[in-house]
Amino acid sequence: MKYKVYIYKAFERFWHWTQAILIFMLAATGFEIHGSFTFFGYQNAVKYHNVSAYAFIVLIVFAIFWHFSTGEWKQYLPTASNLKAQINYYIFGIFKNAPHPTKKTVLSKLNPLQKLVYLGLKILVIPVMVISGLLYMFYRYPQKDAVESINIGSLEVVAIVHTIGALLLIAFIITHLYLITTGETVTSNLKAMITGYEELEDEKSSKEN
Amino acid sequence: MKKIVIALLLIGLVITTSIIFLKPTEKEQSNISLLKAKYSKKHVPSVDHSKFAILQKKFNSPQDATAACISCHTERHKEVMHSNHWNWEREEYVQGRGIVYVGKKNAINNFCIGVEGNEQSCAKCHIGFKMTSSMTPLTDPTNIDCLVCHDNSETYAKGNELAGAPDKAVDLNLVAQKVGRPMRSNCGVCHFFGGGGNNVKHGDLESSMFEPSADIDIHMSPETSNLVCVDCHTSENHVMKGKVYSLSSMNRNRSTCEQCHTETPHDAEILNEHTVKVACQTCHIPVYAKENSTKMAWDWSTAGKLKNGEPYTEEDSKGNHTYMSIKGSFTWADSVKPDYIWFNGTADHYLLGDVVNDTTKPIKINTLNGSYADRDSKIIPVKIHRARQPFDPVNKMIIQPKLFSDKKGEGALWIDFNWLRAAKVGMDEVHLPFSGQLAFVRTEMYWPINHMVSSKENTLSCNQCHTRENSRLAGLNDFYMPARDYSSIVEIGGKIIIILTLLGVMVHAGIRISTKRKSKKEVHNEI
Repeated sequence: MKYKVYIYKAFERFWHWTQAILIFMLAATGFEIHGSFTFFGYQNAVKYHNVSAYAFIVLIVFAIFWHFSTGEWKQYLPTASNLKAQINYYIFGIFKNAPHPTKKTVLSKLNPLQKLVYLGLKILVIPVMVISGLLYMFYRYPQKDAVESINIGSLEVVAIVHTIGALLLIAFIITHLYLITTGETVTSNLKAMITGYEELEDEKSSKEN
Repeated sequence: MKKIVIALLLIGLVITTSIIFLKPTEKEQSNISLLKAKYSKKHVPSVDHSKFAILQKKFNSPQDATAACISCHTERHKEVMHSNHWNWEREEYVQGRGIVYVGKKNAINNFCIGVEGNEQSCAKCHIGFKMTSSMTPLTDPTNIDCLVCHDNSETYAKGNELAGAPDKAVDLNLVAQKVGRPMRSNCGVCHFFGGGGNNVKHGDLESSMFEPSADIDIHMSPETSNLVCVDCHTSENHVMKGKVYSLSSMNRNRSTCEQCHTETPHDAEILNEHTVKVACQTCHIPVYAKENSTKMAWDWSTAGKLKNGEPYTEEDSKGNHTYMSIKGSFTWADSVKPDYIWFNGTADHYLLGDVVNDTTKPIKINTLNGSYADRDSKIIPVKIHRARQPFDPVNKMIIQPKLFSDKKGEGALWIDFNWLRAAKVGMDEVHLPFSGQLAFVRTEMYWPINHMVSSKENTLSCNQCHTRENSRLAGLNDFYMPARDYSSIVEIGGKIIIILTLLGVMVHAGIRISTKRKSKKEVHNEI
């Protein structure tokens, strides 16, 4: 038996969509700064990139607070159980109309693969991007009248790390956008992230499964 | 609930977009307006020289005029005789050489090479008279040429090959009665024509700068601030601020943009950050030789060709000499994009007698020091003048040839057209050996570009440097610059990952769609 569950809370959705907009902005401006294309104009790209970066950092601070104050952080604890089944589902089961191996519930809304990938984003890719980004913004050329020890000899390492992170995020976004369509119906995941409500199976019946 | 979500989303959108697209409010350019106010004030002289009786008395020689000047300005001649304009020489500390005296006596260039032995002709630009023989210091203060710098009547002119004396036609009394603060023409008459013609040497100093349009020079144009040379090149006791690194070696007494504009003149902080490593000139002088061509290359090796036993010249469509029997072949260019180098304000020079063992790469006539890692260095625009000039392959020295003479048979190249003789006589005059063998070597000379500043609308945009293709700074490879630089491994690796991801997604979706159709069909068949 299915019924509507309020699964994504208001802040969660606000965080998600704001983050989506900011990452889109950061990617568009960032790759212009990287020299991949011209769109905003270089100086504007730098300006918008910096503003978006600060906005993103503010958002991250709020998100961290939210995760800990609500206990939602536990959603991201990795688990090995069902991991293989989930991989098998995406490689085989999905084509045979097999059921999702992991049942979505309010207390456990991420499947084991999602847990792993999102945790990786949260504790590895995003922090690396924020730190390398801040170094990029505030790094000091070898310059006169300066404290020698805070001069950074070259921007190269900082810039390359930042670029690697950006490329990984692009790959993530492509996959993410596609996997949205693999819910109960093609649009059910998207609807859930917009409205907060998703039709889930009864927790009892899911346990019986 | 939906309403709240939509409201939240909208608020988020509005905040981000408004922050992003909000234009920074234009800061009042107080500094610029103050400067404009300061320099629009007309200079009012404190005396009228035409009222002095001593200047109305007929001068029989230029020395008479100078004596009249000194009779009132009793100490000024001492200042002048200590200045570089008089001595053509400075005491400099050069890394690796120690204290040396560098000047026209021992430093050479890759245009007419050097003054030694050619004083009669070169003295046209010395602020003295009677520079007849080799550069023995002139000690008589009446040989100072006060008028060449202070003439405000614009009628004074030095004569050709008169060892520095004025043209016979000049009315010295008229000039002496109209002296004042140097104007653009006083400086330009020498500094615009260095190297034997308009804009030959500098590239950014030439006759259009007498009355430049605002497009040519935003500071000196009568349409704008109408600055004269000495507004920036201020002086104290006749020592001018600023010098050019064809002869200077030390980072001192420079005339800078910052002396008026400060180091952080921009509204945008990101631009002010650039000034740590980028000189103002780099962005604000996008091209030099805006009006008339400048000489980019000089090949001495072709000199000496004669037509019917007579020297000749050839010109291009713009009237620039492309060949002269006395000097060789030239290449000219206008609206030139500068080259860019790191520069920390110190330089070394090829000095007469220096031995060069490696002639496989061009010899640097002047070496401008600097690098990214050097904390005092900034990127500056330069004109690089390239030449092939005479060289003694046995003694491994650049040759100072004897060029000018008013008589045949003295060994001067420009009249006798004999390279070996000119080399021998020239090297004798500077007391250096000559093996009797003559070769031509490639040389480079670096001329920092400081003038012909464009309006702020016409400065370089970011992506003239920050770009993959044809970056203006493509030649400076000792640092990482966003947009220009990247790691090719990361770039290729990233592309592969993204393409594989896209392919994976497409294949996955394709299989999903086709299996779904199949299962639908099966359902249909079953029914």
